[in-house]
Order: sequence, then C-alpha cells, then structure tokens
Amino acid sequence: MQRVRDAAVKFFIDLHLCPNLEDQDETKMMIEKSAELGYKAVGVTFPKKYSQSEIEKTRKICSEAGLDFIHRVDLEPSNTTELIRSLRLLRRQVEVISVKCLSKSVARQAAKDRRVDVLSFSPLDVRKRFFDSAEAELASKTQVSLEFDLAPLLYLHGYRRIRLLSKLREEAFIAKKFNIPIILSSGANNAGLLRKPEDYASLGYLFGLDLNDAKRAVSENPKEIIDRNRRKLSPNYVAPGVYVIRRGEDCPDG
Amino acid sequence: MRRRYIAVKIDSNQAIKKEEVFYAIWDSILKMFGEYGASQTDLRLIDYDSENRQAILRCSHDALPLVKASIPCVTRIGGGAAAIHIQLVSGTLNSLRRKLTKQTKKSNSAMPR
Repeated sequence: MQRVRDAAVKFFIDLHLCPNLEDQDETKMMIEKSAELGYKAVGVTFPKKYSQSEIEKTRKICSEAGLDFIHRVDLEPSNTTELIRSLRLLRRQVEVISVKCLSKSVARQAAKDRRVDVLSFSPLDVRKRFFDSAEAELASKTQVSLEFDLAPLLYLHGYRRIRLLSKLREEAFIAKKFNIPIILSSGANNAGLLRKPEDYASLGYLFGLDLNDAKRAVSENPKEIIDRNRRKLSPNYVAPGVYVIRRGEDCPDG
Repeated sequence: MRRRYIAVKIDSNQAIKKEEVFYAIWDSILKMFGEYGASQTDLRLIDYDSENRQAILRCSHDALPLVKASIPCVTRIGGGAAAIHIQLVSGTLNSLRRKLTKQTKKSNSAMPR
C-alpha cells in the first residue's frame, strides 16, 4: 500500500513552464532540464491562438525527452464577459485552463466557474492577489485549484519577497481551511529557475505547507486535474458521469 | 545533538570554489531566516568534489527544513548564475555516501550506451 502511495507521489508534474516559444532551443533546453530534474509531465503555456503545428512540435520535444506534454493556456481577462467568452471558446481544446485574476470580479467569476482549472494571481503585485475567504468559499464548491508559481521566490529579493511570502502563507492557510487543492509550479521562463520537485516541496516550508501537502501539490493535485480533463476531452465523454464504454460491434445485443 | 547530512549538486557553467558554495548557501539562509535562524542550523561544509560539482553539508536535525528551503533559493554562486539541487539527505555520513554510490551506479546503468 505504501509503495502504491509512493509511486503516485513520485509522478511529479510541473504544470507551469513559460518558455519563450519563439526560441525553440530555449524551449527544448527547459523541457530537457525538467526531465533531468525528475518530472514526468510538464504543462507548457501557449497563447490563446497558436498554430497546432507549433503545439505538436513542442509535444514531440516532450516525448523525445520522455515527458508527458500538457497543453495549457493562461487567460488574463480584463472583465468577466471576456473570461466567459474565452472559456466557451477554449474549454474543449486545451487540457489546462488557468486564469490569472487581475481584478476581483474576474477572480470571483473564475472561482465559481467549473470550466476553470487553476486560479493564479500576480506574484509581483500582492495587492492584486484576491484570494480571501470569500474567494475560497466559491472555489470550494467547484474543482478549482490555487496555483503558486515559485520562480518569483527565487528572483525576488528583500521587501518584495517578504510581502510575497507573507501573502502566500495567508493564502495557503485559507486554502487548507476550505480544502482547496494547492499546486506548486515553477512558472519559470528560463532553465536557470527550474528546481527539482522535492526542492519545490521544501520551499513550501517558507509559507507554512507541511512536506506531505507540498509533495501532493507537485504530484497528486496537478495529476488529478490532468486526468479529469483528459477524460472529459476524450471522444468517449458524453456528459458529467456519462461515458461511452463500448461502441459498434463491441456492444452486446439488447 | 542529532545531525543530518545533505548531498547537493551544483548546476553552473563556470568553475566554482568550495568557499563560494558555502557562502552562497549561508547567504541564502541569512536572507530567508536571518541571523537567528542561521544560528540554529549549525551548518558545515563537509566535503566538496569540484570535478563532479557535488558537496556534502552537515546541519542540525531540527534545522533541516530551514536549510532545505534555503538551498533552492540560491541563484548565483561567485558572481555567476547557478542553482543547487538537493540530492540526498541522510542521518550519517556513511549511509549518505553509500546511498550516493548506489544512486550513481543506478543513473550510470540507466544511461543509454
């Protein structure tokens, strides 16, 4: 039983790689580095409208490095209408949708919308982090997770890092209270900011996450999102809870 | 006093001296936890292999989470960009070395020939 649990924990996922997609070498380097560091899957962020051939190129780089590729889009809507429109357009096309909440109204709408997978907030401006108890209560009724990008903890210094850590600690406490899954991702845009999944779990100590919760945040929590969304994107999905099990000749006669 | 031994791997493009590694980690602990926190770590650099860019650190058992949280925060060593990755943690130096040898053998056998 313990071994089964360990195997589940060891499937580490970095759900938020932000390589410069124009620079294929850099993208390749980041993906290879992720594989070297012990990840099994990476979520690569693409713009809303991006050519399918380019996405396939990145998928190929991932499979060559032995990584599972996850197609992710980060939405940054300025209002709720734009958010809803984007969700309607993209939900059946991408595996992970993250909403970077730049205003309170967007944050509230994203928290109560089941089509959103991940809530993320600005790491640089802590006043624009709207994750409070009200937000958490809304998010607890859907399946939305809260994402912490850890690269800013590495490149920020002094007062800005102090403010960020204090805010992350507060958000982690609220998320735990309302049972909101936390996801720890790199959010890195260059290979120098990538760290091992265990190192990210250790960084959780800085904002009050215990080691087991932190390990879940780099393995089980993102995996749950991926599994759920892949089931939904499969051609066998009909409606929540309804799946096609057999087709055509496989079906037993009534 | 219970202690923990930590094996780390340094990821950098330039040659790095033993002191530079130690000061980078020390500096990171100071930045994250201050002098009071640093005083609790009892941190020592036990061994440094410049060829393999591998180091062994010793710290107090109670301060292990604090040291483990500070090591990934290192982004520069000796003026150049660098990263430090924790490889293993163990209770004794002998078991750490044994585990390291085992890990190296495993990774060598996994490498394509």
